[in-house]
Amino acid sequence: MFKRSYALLAVLVITGMVLAGCGPAASAYECTDAIGCVDVAPGEPIHIAYAMVISGPDETLGVDSRTGVQVAVELKGQVLGHDISLTGEDEGCSAEGGQAAGTKLAADPSIIAVIGTSCSSAARVAVPLLSQAGFVIISASNTAPDLTREGDPNQHPGYLRTAHNDEVQGAAAARFAFEELGATKAATIHDGSLYAESLQAVFARTFTEMGGEITAQEAVDPNATDFKSVLTSIAAGEPEFIYHPIFVKAGSLIINQTKQVPGLEEVKQMGADGMFSPDVVEGAGEAVEGAYVSSPDLAAFSEDYQTTFLPKYKELAGVDDPVSIFHAHAFDAANMIFAAIEKVAVQDEDGTLHIPRQALRDAMYATKDFKGLTGNLTCTPTGDCADPKIAVYEYHAGEYPPERIWP
Amino acid sequence: MLRTWRQRVTATDFVIWTIGIAIAVMVVYGSIKTLALGKYDTATWLDLTITGLALGGVYALIALGYTLVYGILRMINFAHSEVFMSGPFTAAFVADGLIAIGWWNKYPIVSLLLVALVAVVVSTTIAILLERIAYRPLRNAPRLVPLITAIGASFFLQYTFRGLYGSGLKGYPDMELLKGFWMLGGVRIFRTQATVIIGAFVLMLILYAIVQKTKMGKAMRSVSEDKEAAALMGIDVDRTIANTFALGGIAAGLAGVLYLILFPQAHFFMGFIPGLKAFTAAVLGGIGNVPGAFLGAMLLGLLESVGPSLFLDGMGIPAAYQLKDAIAFTILVFILIFRPTGILGERLTQAKA
Repeated sequence: MFKRSYALLAVLVITGMVLAGCGPAASAYECTDAIGCVDVAPGEPIHIAYAMVISGPDETLGVDSRTGVQVAVELKGQVLGHDISLTGEDEGCSAEGGQAAGTKLAADPSIIAVIGTSCSSAARVAVPLLSQAGFVIISASNTAPDLTREGDPNQHPGYLRTAHNDEVQGAAAARFAFEELGATKAATIHDGSLYAESLQAVFARTFTEMGGEITAQEAVDPNATDFKSVLTSIAAGEPEFIYHPIFVKAGSLIINQTKQVPGLEEVKQMGADGMFSPDVVEGAGEAVEGAYVSSPDLAAFSEDYQTTFLPKYKELAGVDDPVSIFHAHAFDAANMIFAAIEKVAVQDEDGTLHIPRQALRDAMYATKDFKGLTGNLTCTPTGDCADPKIAVYEYHAGEYPPERIWP
Repeated sequence: MLRTWRQRVTATDFVIWTIGIAIAVMVVYGSIKTLALGKYDTATWLDLTITGLALGGVYALIALGYTLVYGILRMINFAHSEVFMSGPFTAAFVADGLIAIGWWNKYPIVSLLLVALVAVVVSTTIAILLERIAYRPLRNAPRLVPLITAIGASFFLQYTFRGLYGSGLKGYPDMELLKGFWMLGGVRIFRTQATVIIGAFVLMLILYAIVQKTKMGKAMRSVSEDKEAAALMGIDVDRTIANTFALGGIAAGLAGVLYLILFPQAHFFMGFIPGLKAFTAAVLGGIGNVPGAFLGAMLLGLLESVGPSLFLDGMGIPAAYQLKDAIAFTILVFILIFRPTGILGERLTQAKA
């Protein structure tokens, strides 16, 4: 009985395969790409996904970038006669979140490219999954150096970024502290995230090379609330400058509590672009006065930023000011993808679009002198595409955005 | 002699004791090395201690809710951390309102009382509703069922409040009255920390007095001894249990206000970590025991604050504060090895356990 039904099943399967084989030829196009092609039927949209942090205490970072992508999609309208559909997953700004988002997105073969992740910690886990799936991955805000360092286990094929590499940002922060503020003793705090750890390492290295002294390199738990103990222990080294390139929740509490630790009342403190957010002003209260934060230099953005991008951003997000700083990078990332698709896609007469994945990756890496909002983007063979200009901003109590003070 | 000893001590005991002794040796060795290093002066140690006590005070008030409910229902109310979150999160908006009408710095005491009142009312309401809706229908279900319900209720409350107030941070305003510090015999103590330590201590005393001296407290204690017997003696068990949750809610609401004075930002997930720590404190002190919860909380606060510097710096371990939870929980293991029921815990009788 069993045998017979198996035989029947086998016959059915074989018949199905044969029929599928000699069915009407779908198209003359034959995919020869090393890692496959995506076919987009006429009337179907081109599927782009995002993997960003869109909930929780660090959500402004991801929500801001997502709006940047949405602006790009709106302004672009269509690519080669196809609409653009944007879906996405929350990466939670953590390795666990990156794992979940990466697994879900990698399971969807209709995705052509993923814009993300927001946080380097999530990238470390999500990028290998997405790279394996054959996507182009381009992040607007991952800044950890190892993601694009040649030969590094965290560098994967198909990954690029429009955000600056922290080698640039950490060094700029050290120059600001040493040359501009004249600090000679500095302490650093990181939260164990890839982003913060590499930033503070670059800062410490540059600061020491310039002749400064690092009194402590502490680490904290990003979910903790009491930082007075760790700050008290840092105070024993009498630093003049504390560099804490971490995220909003813990960062704003550290800004607040530093002023309450004996010996640190007058210390200068500085965060990095992860703390460029109205939530810092809200979370740190009056203590935020005089805290510094480094960020891509918004003043160096192209003219289109003010005239075309911002009005659309405000309309889509329903806010008066951008809530974080990587929206322009996300916009550029999306447009780079569109440009690369237009370069490599093959179109049938009926409008069906074939996008070879490896060719798309190659086209992305070959991006040269791309006129974006954030500058003229040229990608390195490992995917660093930014045209990095870093500025330092100073927070004032109750005010957002902070004031640009250097250079 | 040796024979009986052999029968009583198993290999497991031996391994556990070895771990315990190893922990003790590490702690002592690390402390001596750190003190010999002389990196920190007396003032630094005092600052760390005061920080630890303030933190412990907040943990103590939250731990009270866990311990009371456990004492009476033998159930761990995992949604208690959301009871703690709900009150102060709401109160942060009231504080904004008080600033807007100019009361905040003009009538600081009245404002604080108002904020505390709102926090207490919201937290208590949530606690009572939780008991009525989520736990009472399951009173006679197997013990794991209300535990799972508690976790579900916890998520439900978190995301309800996220829906209500958004997922961003809500800042809590500084108060002129609480800025700066007091000198106390040469020791500098921040006003916020002093307020929290004194507040927590006084509130714990009041709540303990309620449990020990009032009729309601007596009813609570008798229900925790034996529900059936208490019911036979004419005690309304349902009402007593509701009272217990309410008392826990009041403590959690007040804890929340003190917490916001220390760490001025609220968000929907703010209850999780303090709740976990307070639960640990309750276990450390001996769950079901109110003074135990206080002691356990203070000890945990101190360990988190002083521990990393004291135990690890001397051993040359970098970035010691990342390991503060590891240290606190190692000590917890150490204490539970030698006192499985916690510092002040009673050995549960078969009938109660």
